[in-house]
Amino acid sequence: MKGHHFRDDAQKGRALASESKQVEKLDRVVIRFAGDSGDGMQLTGDRFTQETAAFGNDLSTLPNFPAEIRAPQGTLPGVSSFQVHFADHDILTPGDRPDVLVAMNPAALAANIKDLRPGGIVIVDSHDFTKRNLAKAGYDTSPLDDDSLADYQVHPLDLTGMTVDAVADFGLGRKDAARSKNMFALGLVSWMYGRPTDATLAYLESKFASKPAIRDANVAAFKAGWYFGETTEAFAVSYEIAPAPMASGRYRNITGNTALAYGIIASGQQSGLPVFLGAYPITPASDILHELSKHKHFGVTTFQAEDEIAGIGAALGASFGGALGVTTTSGPGISLKSETIGLAVMLELPLVIVDVQRGGPSTGLPTKTEQSDLLQAMFGRNGEAPLPVIAPQSPADCFDAAVEAARIAVTYRTPVMLLSDGYLANGSEPWSIPDVDALPRIEPAFATLPADGAEFLPYARDPETHAPAWAPPGVAGLEHRVGGIEKADGTGNISYDPANHDRMVRNRAAKVARVADTIPDLVVDDPSGEARVLVLGWGSTYGPIGAGVRAARAQGIDVAHTHLRHIHPFPRNLGKVLRSYDHVIVPEMNLGQLALLLRAEFLVDVHGYDKVTGMPFGSEELAEVIAQAVKSIDTHRLENDR
Amino acid sequence: MSTPTTDLPTPTLARDGLAGMPAADAKQTGKEFTSDQEVRWCPGCGDYAVLKAVQGFLPDLGLKRENIVFVSGIGCSSRFPYYLDTYGMHSIHGRAPAIATGLATSRSDLSVWVVTGDGDALSIGGNHLIHALRRNVNMTILLFNNRIYGLTKGQYSPTSEIGKVTKSTPMGSLDNPFNPISLALGAEASFVARTIDTDRNHLTGVLREAAAHRGTSLVEIYQNCPIFNDGAFDTIKDPATRDHAVIPLVHGQPITYGPDGEHGLVRNPATGTIEPVEISDANRDQVLVHDAHADDPTLAFAISRLTDGGHLDRAPIGIFRQVERPAYDDLARQQLDTAVGTMGKGNLQQLLTGNDTWTIDA
Ligand code: SF4
Repeated sequence: MKGHHFRDDAQKGRALASESKQVEKLDRVVIRFAGDSGDGMQLTGDRFTQETAAFGNDLSTLPNFPAEIRAPQGTLPGVSSFQVHFADHDILTPGDRPDVLVAMNPAALAANIKDLRPGGIVIVDSHDFTKRNLAKAGYDTSPLDDDSLADYQVHPLDLTGMTVDAVADFGLGRKDAARSKNMFALGLVSWMYGRPTDATLAYLESKFASKPAIRDANVAAFKAGWYFGETTEAFAVSYEIAPAPMASGRYRNITGNTALAYGIIASGQQSGLPVFLGAYPITPASDILHELSKHKHFGVTTFQAEDEIAGIGAALGASFGGALGVTTTSGPGISLKSETIGLAVMLELPLVIVDVQRGGPSTGLPTKTEQSDLLQAMFGRNGEAPLPVIAPQSPADCFDAAVEAARIAVTYRTPVMLLSDGYLANGSEPWSIPDVDALPRIEPAFATLPADGAEFLPYARDPETHAPAWAPPGVAGLEHRVGGIEKADGTGNISYDPANHDRMVRNRAAKVARVADTIPDLVVDDPSGEARVLVLGWGSTYGPIGAGVRAARAQGIDVAHTHLRHIHPFPRNLGKVLRSYDHVIVPEMNLGQLALLLRAEFLVDVHGYDKVTGMPFGSEELAEVIAQAVKSIDTHRLENDR
Repeated sequence: MSTPTTDLPTPTLARDGLAGMPAADAKQTGKEFTSDQEVRWCPGCGDYAVLKAVQGFLPDLGLKRENIVFVSGIGCSSRFPYYLDTYGMHSIHGRAPAIATGLATSRSDLSVWVVTGDGDALSIGGNHLIHALRRNVNMTILLFNNRIYGLTKGQYSPTSEIGKVTKSTPMGSLDNPFNPISLALGAEASFVARTIDTDRNHLTGVLREAAAHRGTSLVEIYQNCPIFNDGAFDTIKDPATRDHAVIPLVHGQPITYGPDGEHGLVRNPATGTIEPVEISDANRDQVLVHDAHADDPTLAFAISRLTDGGHLDRAPIGIFRQVERPAYDDLARQQLDTAVGTMGKGNLQQLLTGNDTWTIDA
């Protein structure tokens, strides 16, 4: 068979015990598990991630799955994958290109091989390389039999056959027996990278506790995969990636959606408010609904509404009643919620609106990531309806961002838009578990009876925040009516007076602008202090931009990086920061939405770098953009000097 | 493989619609429930009569005024909350049932009322209405049906008769109207009633029953719009015709109508439907006795079909259905209590820490 480049030193009849195999040290590895939607690749990736986290590497993950729950088996649209990047140093992204590809069928190979680094390792389940499956994946001839994979180290293994053999004792039908092949693959890759296995074994024991045969089969397949790696001649080398030095403390691995859900629960606890989530299922936000539904003992009510509009409507009703109202959705849901968001702006009630962005417009790319709802978040309502907009920068940061969104909503009595995205939602990273005692308190300012029998003015404003007090029903003397019709300043009664309307529109805008009083100044990362090019991002591009900046610096390029958590209002020093650089690059997974806002606000000629492929930026790609920008200003300067 | 279901715990829940809501310290008056806002409906609008009746009735509830909330949508009747000195929200078109659902679910101590119209509830907000009814959230929905769009100046509504000539339908409207009672029964509402704006006694009686019902009570109120659809309900209001037009429904009573009770409802044994007949000695014992508490909604639905879909010359009035069914909000709160009971009050540090952790030493 062509295309196999086993390492010479390992090939020659070594003893099969693992201690006699060669161990090679690496500083980082990117592995991609790919298979059919039904092959359990997300679970496999997830378990490998947990093992890696337990081992102490820094890591970052990127699941990638089709919108269809089960696309036709064996086809390209049905391919699901999970990429994990782990290292002995701190890393920022799931990696541009995998070093290892595990492909469970021809379609998984076809869909992913182009991303693999030259020289990378390919492990395929040769059992699935039948004529029929090859045809489904668009192969005329088997890539295992020609030299199309000559650039890689290919290991065609009968994973299915070996799995079936390994689980023969448990009385499963062949089909059920073969289902454990993902665990065989996991066992093998776990051996290759010296992962601790206890947690996975414990996980399998508990997950399949009620189905002993399935449990035993999975455990046996996992162990068989491990021993196969240890004994076979095909794998002569195993690898060691030392734990990464991380700040001391206790860590766990966490996805963006879980972190966001925890942030909402924490917000309820830190404010003393009951949490009410109104939501309608939508990809990629549903996991927040699922997660919150598990935590009713925190006083969290979850309401699966009849539609997106009812989801936010019920949340707003709960906010009116004094709860922390939250609604979670993706872009199409925001479109439907727009009118109610406008009502929340008008009523001046706290509300956290989570948009886990995905490819748009319309249904777009439900399972792919994008940042193209920024302008919708900013302006997607009738009338002057400003609201604060914030974005998390990494999966774990979704926790802090949720708490910050709730803080602003409650403090300023306003709906707040929290812009996560599919990349953050499903991606994961190690999280330094916060100390609950160190979390910020959120203080709701509830209305009290005016002194001396004075009239209660529901829209009188706090001198500091410019927000009206919160007056939920149940307090005698504070009875009042709110509504979507313009309100008279102070009383909140209906008013069509033109001057009053002008004042109220400005009041609401001024209140949102005041949020900037409590936003920290933007900090710029510019180690040399020599940079003339600044890269500015927002949201989930933090990791890729950071990695791109590092790669550029490694080439000796001076470049500065800063990242926005608060997009509306902006931090007070943003204009000054922008003007301190000759060239500002704004990479976005849209067609330049933040760039538009920056140009409008600061009259600074920022340079957008835009991409909407449904995938995050690669670090090498961004390093190249940075290098080009630096070169262009150097050329420019040369020309000017001439 | 089908998704497992779980048997919900036997509800140990209140059956009284007002349970859990604090009682007023002293007797209140209608005046206390009247806000300082000038009422701005057209002269002669049926909404005035309903407002007066509600202001007169609310003190009888005996609840603290601050624990009563009116939520409305958009339309003439939706201005209602501004005229009551309770808490209130005038929200957006069609969404009041959704907003009230969140409010009622998160606050068991509030008496929640929704004010809506035929356009608000049945057109733009139809989805929220049917889902509120099937969930059975503890609240009362007052559906002002004037069979026309008033606020937008006279287009036909989802309850207008076919062929209605309006500004938007100069050659006559084409769509078949909804019968709100049939719709509510189809949505499995647990309390469904109809009353008339000008019949204060009946209106007040129905409101009392609706408030006392635990779950969603839907009350359709025939309401005259003298500006755009004047006289829509004249046949059932005019003393000369009303006895022939109104079929009064009283639980436990034979369903008879006519000036001398000479008409009655009987079941047609061949088709199973309900038919009005001239009562005679031969059929007297077949006259249906109204059973609003029947678990099966079939009869209530059949009775609702006796409502004219065209010009209203005949309509059953009263409580069609009133059955006990656990209220969504009670069950939702019970799940929270159950979760605390089995898991204890949530411990945030424990949650954030989780089960799969590792420690980096300094
Ligand atoms: S338009 Fe009709 S329903 Fe509206 S306020 Fe005037 S009379 Fe009443």
